[in-house]
Amino acid sequence: MIARLMGEGQFRIDEALRSELNALDDRAAAAIDAEDEPALDEILDDMWGLVQERGERLPDDEIATSDLIIPPSDLTLEETRKLFTDEGLVPDLPSR
Amino acid sequence: MGLLSRTGEIIKAKWNALLNRAENPQETLDYSYEKQLESLQNVKRGVADVVTAKKRLQIQTQQLEQNVVKLDTQARQAVAAGREDLARQALERKSGMQQQLQDLDTQVKQLEDQQQKLVANEKTLETRIESFRSQKEVIKAQYSAAEAQVRIGEAATGIGEQMADTGLAIQRAKDKTEQMQARAGAVEELIESGTLEDFTAGDQSQLDRELAQISAGQQVDAELARIKSEVGSGSQPKEIEQ
Repeated sequence: MIARLMGEGQFRIDEALRSELNALDDRAAAAIDAEDEPALDEILDDMWGLVQERGERLPDDEIATSDLIIPPSDLTLEETRKLFTDEGLVPDLPSR
Repeated sequence: MGLLSRTGEIIKAKWNALLNRAENPQETLDYSYEKQLESLQNVKRGVADVVTAKKRLQIQTQQLEQNVVKLDTQARQAVAAGREDLARQALERKSGMQQQLQDLDTQVKQLEDQQQKLVANEKTLETRIESFRSQKEVIKAQYSAAEAQVRIGEAATGIGEQMADTGLAIQRAKDKTEQMQARAGAVEELIESGTLEDFTAGDQSQLDRELAQISAGQQVDAELARIKSEVGSGSQPKEIEQ
């Protein structure tokens, strides 16, 4: 299982960590719905902490897609919300 | 599906839409590699932009720092001229500006960290694209068209994800730089428009004028004294003869 910390890199995580993250993910969704930014930031920080502590960083030459993409906590609530919709905070790829 | 997986799906969808423009797996491989190289160029340009913007911001900060030094000098001049009121004004401006500067300084440092991560991201992206290049030759040689399509899709999505991530980081660093520039600019503008009643904006400022007057006054006094003593050291003033 691969998790990406946005702007930081990809990490290999085990199943136990994945389910912990999933539980936090549900709480993150609830925080977004409740527009509770401090709660969301705290949850995201927890997720980052877990992944950095227990995940194993992917080598630079390994190409993998992530199962989870975790945004940083310094995004605003609105930015985070955009990340999760088709509106997308993620920039489009070059069309040229 | 959790929120966090959804983000990945969005990136995948974007990248797949791009790949579907190619007509067959062989073509997809090369097309995808070509797109990756293009994107890498964009990323490099983006990182360079951030570095340039940060340097500009540092120059702006230095200019504000010079203003602080100037205000300090002016405060001393004012004290020397016995104008405590002016000295106080200059010191008040100085203290306000110092606070702004400290804040800007902290933010420039944060930007520095972001920039270092960006450069690291760019390197990872470069290495992965290189790795894709060799993988695609293996895929071409070893897999059937259908299998190749799947494998290319996976690898390309992985790269696309890295690219999107780096792109977002660049965007954020740029936004941050722009915000800071706007702030530094606002401080400068306040100074120019005189809202801060700035005394550092060259000889048009009030403090400068007053100090110039004092200094001019002192010069006149000194000159006058010199002339007096010269004249006084000669013989008695002559009577003006008709």
